[in-house]
Amino acid sequence: MSATAAEAQIARRTVERAASGERWRDAAFRFALLLCLFVAVLFLGALLVDTFVDGVGILSWDFITSFPSRLRPEESGIQSAFIGTLWLMALCAIFIVPVGIASAVYLEEYADRDRWWNRAIEVNIQNLASVPSVVYGILGLAFIVRGPIDVFGLGKGQPTLLAGALTLGLLVLPVVIIVSREAIRAVPPSIREGSLALGATQWQTIWKQVLPGALPGIATGVILALSRAIGETAPLILVGAAAFQRFNPELDGPFSALPIQIFNNVGEPEAIFRDLAAATIIVLLAILLLMNSVAIYLRNRYESKW
Amino acid sequence: MSTPDRPTEAKTREDDDEFARKAGIDLSAEAQHTTPAAPATGAAMASPIFKLEDVGVQYGGVPAVEKVSFELIEREITAFIGPSGCGKSTLIRCLNRMNDLVPSATVTGKVMYGDQDLYADDIDPVQVRKVIGMVFQKPNPFPKTIYENIAFGPRVLGMKGNMDEIVEGALRKAALWDEVKDRLKTNAFGMSGGQQQRLCIARCLAIEPSVILMDEPCSALDPISTAAIEDLMIDLKERYSIVIVTHNMQQAARVSDKTAFFNVAKVEEGKRVGNLVEFAPTDKIFTNPEDERTKEYVTGKFG
Repeated sequence: MSATAAEAQIARRTVERAASGERWRDAAFRFALLLCLFVAVLFLGALLVDTFVDGVGILSWDFITSFPSRLRPEESGIQSAFIGTLWLMALCAIFIVPVGIASAVYLEEYADRDRWWNRAIEVNIQNLASVPSVVYGILGLAFIVRGPIDVFGLGKGQPTLLAGALTLGLLVLPVVIIVSREAIRAVPPSIREGSLALGATQWQTIWKQVLPGALPGIATGVILALSRAIGETAPLILVGAAAFQRFNPELDGPFSALPIQIFNNVGEPEAIFRDLAAATIIVLLAILLLMNSVAIYLRNRYESKW
Repeated sequence: MSTPDRPTEAKTREDDDEFARKAGIDLSAEAQHTTPAAPATGAAMASPIFKLEDVGVQYGGVPAVEKVSFELIEREITAFIGPSGCGKSTLIRCLNRMNDLVPSATVTGKVMYGDQDLYADDIDPVQVRKVIGMVFQKPNPFPKTIYENIAFGPRVLGMKGNMDEIVEGALRKAALWDEVKDRLKTNAFGMSGGQQQRLCIARCLAIEPSVILMDEPCSALDPISTAAIEDLMIDLKERYSIVIVTHNMQQAARVSDKTAFFNVAKVEEGKRVGNLVEFAPTDKIFTNPEDERTKEYVTGKFG
């Protein structure tokens, strides 16, 4: 046999049959993954179904347009809480959009990362994003409702809608800053270079090229932040949101909100309050679902163009 | 928009006058008394537009390129060639102060534009870039329509005049008008790479600069697009001074009047710095270079 023939023989190896053990392990692993997913989805689904079963009977237009009542629960509704949540969302947006975007623009476009104070700010914003919401509630109570930052003199030491909105704004501001920074960073440097090379100033470059490019990402982030804000209960309890409010909120007056309404309904002894809570949960979930859908739509519609 | 025949001719003459005035453009607010004489006639053609004296650039104190001195002549194409890391891109970015965008970069020596020191204290880099345009390695159109890409520069500079005409004029000068006139309102990302790069050139021409800097403008393009851009450069040379950085020696030989050859030298162990080896008419660089290193580079022995 010649040398080349021997080599040819060595080169051609037979295909081994799959070991059944390996196949079994593969299938088991797959099953384990599926099981984990199933557990997560099962609990969520059970929760949703249970809520719907309890609440759907109560849900009606009257439910949304009536004021809540502790004395006559069968006539109770959520109007003041619903309006309160819409107000909170709007005021919160007015606060976090300019402040959040401006902070993000500073950190991304102007801050010199070699300076220790800029790095310190960055790290602290990351940390603030994970501070428990109840801590923000205490902050809002001490500084906004009672304390030195008595906003526009409207607080009068009383829990007001404005104080609640600002507290929620502070809570989600770090998230808005972080998301906006990511969106701004996703605009490629070549766009900035191209603009600056045409004699545009840094301000013009940011305003006319960078921010329009980052807008879909920023909008998505703001909506998700708002949907977190209106789902928060703890800070509003501390700031002093009202339970069973029989009139619609005003900027400098007492206010209620959907999560507060849920919380207070659940605390009542009679069974009907649990159904009222469930119906309120459905309304809140519908709002959240709508907002998240808008966010997802924005993200897909204006997906990165570069 | 104007019809393609006579109005365009008239416009071209206008643009020439405009260009003559442009050549002596003010860079700073108080520059009126330093305005150089406008070179409007043939006699002034050979005047230097850039004069570099012992220019060096450091990144965070580490020199990237040093000891560069030469003069660039108005309405010529000057090519910067050399191996990677020789500092040619770094140097071209000194000419319109794009290096200012890198916080750690410092420029030493003197970069004179006409009789103005571009790094003088009273010079605003934004004003420099209005006069000295730049085209980048990768086509970087803005994510907007073709029309908006061109109109952006004139708008932010507050240029007067009919925007439709400005856009058409810029696209004509970049030899792009006929290809895109029917889809001005479509997104620039729908163009081919070569068209995008010519759009970037048109965008730069729209602000009526005196000098166009091109940093490897064809390295991301196919040979046909490259040829189109080279033809365009030769057209533009009649009105603009052009500096081009290129990795492609044939390109330098084809389009440029002068060539600067840069090389990397090892100063100490581990430290490398770019420097200018030879600056001469392109013919001479490619046929009869003075320096042995130039000869080795242009004949393909290294690089």
